[in-house]
Amino acid sequence: MIYDVLVIGTGGAGLCAALSAKEEGAKVLAVGKSYPTRSQTSMAQGGINAVLSENSDTIFSHIKDTLNSSAGLADKRVVEYVCKEAPKAIQWLDSIGTPFSRENGKIAQRKLGGSNAPRACYAQDYTGLKILHTLYDFSIKEGIEFLDESFFLNLIVEENRVKGATFLDIKTSQVKQILSKSVIIATGGYSKIYKDFSTNSSHATGDGLSAALRAGCRLSDMEFIQFHPTALKKSSVLISEAARGAGGFLINQKGERFVDELLTRDEVSRAIYNEIEKGNEVFLDIRHLGKEFIEKNLPQERKLSILYEGIDPLKEPIPIKPAAHYTMGGIDVDENLETSVENLYAVGECANAKLHGANRLGGNSLLEIIVLGKLAGKNAAKRAKESVVEDKIYEKTLMDANFIKGVFSFPNKIDFYEKRDFLSKIFYRNVGVYREEMGLKGVLSVVRQMQRELSFMGIKDKSPLYNTNLIEFIEFGNMIELAETILVSAISRNESRGAHFRVDYPQRDDEKFLAHTITWKEDGVLCADFKKIKN
Amino acid sequence: MKIEIRRYHPHFEPKYIFMSYEIPEGLTLLEALEHIKSKLDSTLTFSKGCRSGVCGSCAVRVNEKEVLACEYRVKDGDKIEALKASEVVRDLIVDMKKPLETLKRAKTYLSEQNIVFMNEEDEKMTKKQSDCILCSSCYSSCPVFETNPDFLGPFALTRNYRYVVDKRETKKKEKIEAILQNGIWDCTLCGNCTEVCPQGIDPKTDIMMLQSWAAKFGYQNPNIANFGSFGLDF
Repeated sequence: MIYDVLVIGTGGAGLCAALSAKEEGAKVLAVGKSYPTRSQTSMAQGGINAVLSENSDTIFSHIKDTLNSSAGLADKRVVEYVCKEAPKAIQWLDSIGTPFSRENGKIAQRKLGGSNAPRACYAQDYTGLKILHTLYDFSIKEGIEFLDESFFLNLIVEENRVKGATFLDIKTSQVKQILSKSVIIATGGYSKIYKDFSTNSSHATGDGLSAALRAGCRLSDMEFIQFHPTALKKSSVLISEAARGAGGFLINQKGERFVDELLTRDEVSRAIYNEIEKGNEVFLDIRHLGKEFIEKNLPQERKLSILYEGIDPLKEPIPIKPAAHYTMGGIDVDENLETSVENLYAVGECANAKLHGANRLGGNSLLEIIVLGKLAGKNAAKRAKESVVEDKIYEKTLMDANFIKGVFSFPNKIDFYEKRDFLSKIFYRNVGVYREEMGLKGVLSVVRQMQRELSFMGIKDKSPLYNTNLIEFIEFGNMIELAETILVSAISRNESRGAHFRVDYPQRDDEKFLAHTITWKEDGVLCADFKKIKN
Repeated sequence: MKIEIRRYHPHFEPKYIFMSYEIPEGLTLLEALEHIKSKLDSTLTFSKGCRSGVCGSCAVRVNEKEVLACEYRVKDGDKIEALKASEVVRDLIVDMKKPLETLKRAKTYLSEQNIVFMNEEDEKMTKKQSDCILCSSCYSSCPVFETNPDFLGPFALTRNYRYVVDKRETKKKEKIEAILQNGIWDCTLCGNCTEVCPQGIDPKTDIMMLQSWAAKFGYQNPNIANFGSFGLDF
């Protein structure tokens, strides 16, 4: 069986890609390591940006705000395309049944940080959840074929053209190949390198990026990692930006406000980090918004704060800290979402379409997965029509089967769970809101040591049946592969821009660094360079 | 403190066994499971995801009641088991294939793309039902599956209702027709589903509402119709 379009990853981007590829008449398969509704998309709370009427807001302002936030690293053409398509995307979501919140008979919109108008359409604080579930329902209606609980291992590439991919069937630990004329990677970001210092789901381990890197793709702008200013102090569970958008205050234990709450996420995160470094505690205070407002608009936040911090936001301020939230870097794609490998596309958080640049604007990632997800599906389906794939067992499949067999006999002398915890801590400390050369280089040598030690690690669970120990080990391998690209990129960029703040180079330096950081592998060795942005 | 977890592995004898683990105080159940897996026993198998109650991955039963592991604070002596009504794959993981397949049968989607004027009142009609995270806690709690494995179950019916009452839905009758067989009339209205839903959704009431929608379209409860119509000849 050879598919026209294989979509890897079944979150919002993957579902939109699969739906639009199918609409183009392609034979589509969507494969995920979990289930569609369990994806990271379910966690998006704040909203999805679109200018719905040109009375109080303009598409031009949406473009301008996005470009401002991107600090020079967004591609103006991509930004314009996405912002112009945004109203149509909302209309489409409305037409398939998305239960958006309404106000005066219209889809309700609210203001998020960095935007100068109420532009984010929302569904209470469940925007991602409700969009994702509606997409899933619509996919069932359209008869999208799903393959769940299959872990993406590698791409099958011959002569720089993709032929399919290999997967680990989680239920049996068997490796299988799936062949397809076009492949779309939509596997999400890599924030989970920061593990307990990340707001993300445990699935955000960057599997698609590392597979793409191994297959010869280029990754770009990997050092740009957005920290969300308001994660719960103990658990890093996210408190939505909607809380600040609605007028929540950031205060320290003395009750002093220390920053304009509606600046962009990078600026607010640094201000909070500074307070914490001074020995202060930081809180988000939403008491003055009132019981009725909180119960109507922020019920999730209230529930999570009570559960994880033992604090009821109606009565007390919520203890918070910044936590890794979104990864702007990703698989480098052109304006058609195609990677440097032919017939291979990438979309969503795993890709760098240059929509967000150095810093993402709140409300733009849900927008990206809808608008660009559909575009990727359409382009991949069109390309499939002019491509052929030979039906045979590819060498990569045999190699991966051998590798998995090998992992079962790794000696397991070093505990990778301990290393995973350690990696997250040194990343938060040294590759976090602030970075400087010494710290970055220290972490790089630790990461390279971990890479060397990988074959001395391994798994304790030797059962082939639904082996999550094995899955977590492979995810860890992927993360240390990506960790190196993040560090090399961060060390190379001797300036501060957007989410990347170098204490030793606090200024933005357009002369040298108005450029994308590109990393790729040659014979297994990581290379890095900058690609200048032409104006 | 100690918790007990019911382990399952089909290749082992016995297949089921309760194992006891010592864990630190003050953890959510998901944190406790992670602690066990990374520090005590890497073979413990469970699902996880967002740890904030929206992805629906981590539903299990604690002392025979369905909870999300990420939203439950562990107590000494708790007994942890996999969900019921679905096939257990290993330990706390169940196969979601059968529960999810009910969505297709219950036609839980908008019949055709449609945009209409909607205000806050229209939005409210589906607000609670669309909070569903497909954790399948309700499915596990439902006693009907013991006698009718083909029953559509609470979440599929609530989701069907969510589209029936959506102002954008144009073929409400067709939606209702999808849930007459092994659907609304098979429910015993015991309310277990409503009790365990982590999102506070009330499938029992939704099912009763669907029953009156069905009546409106001229469909009667076959279980009652059988008794009523003959023998009473005046």
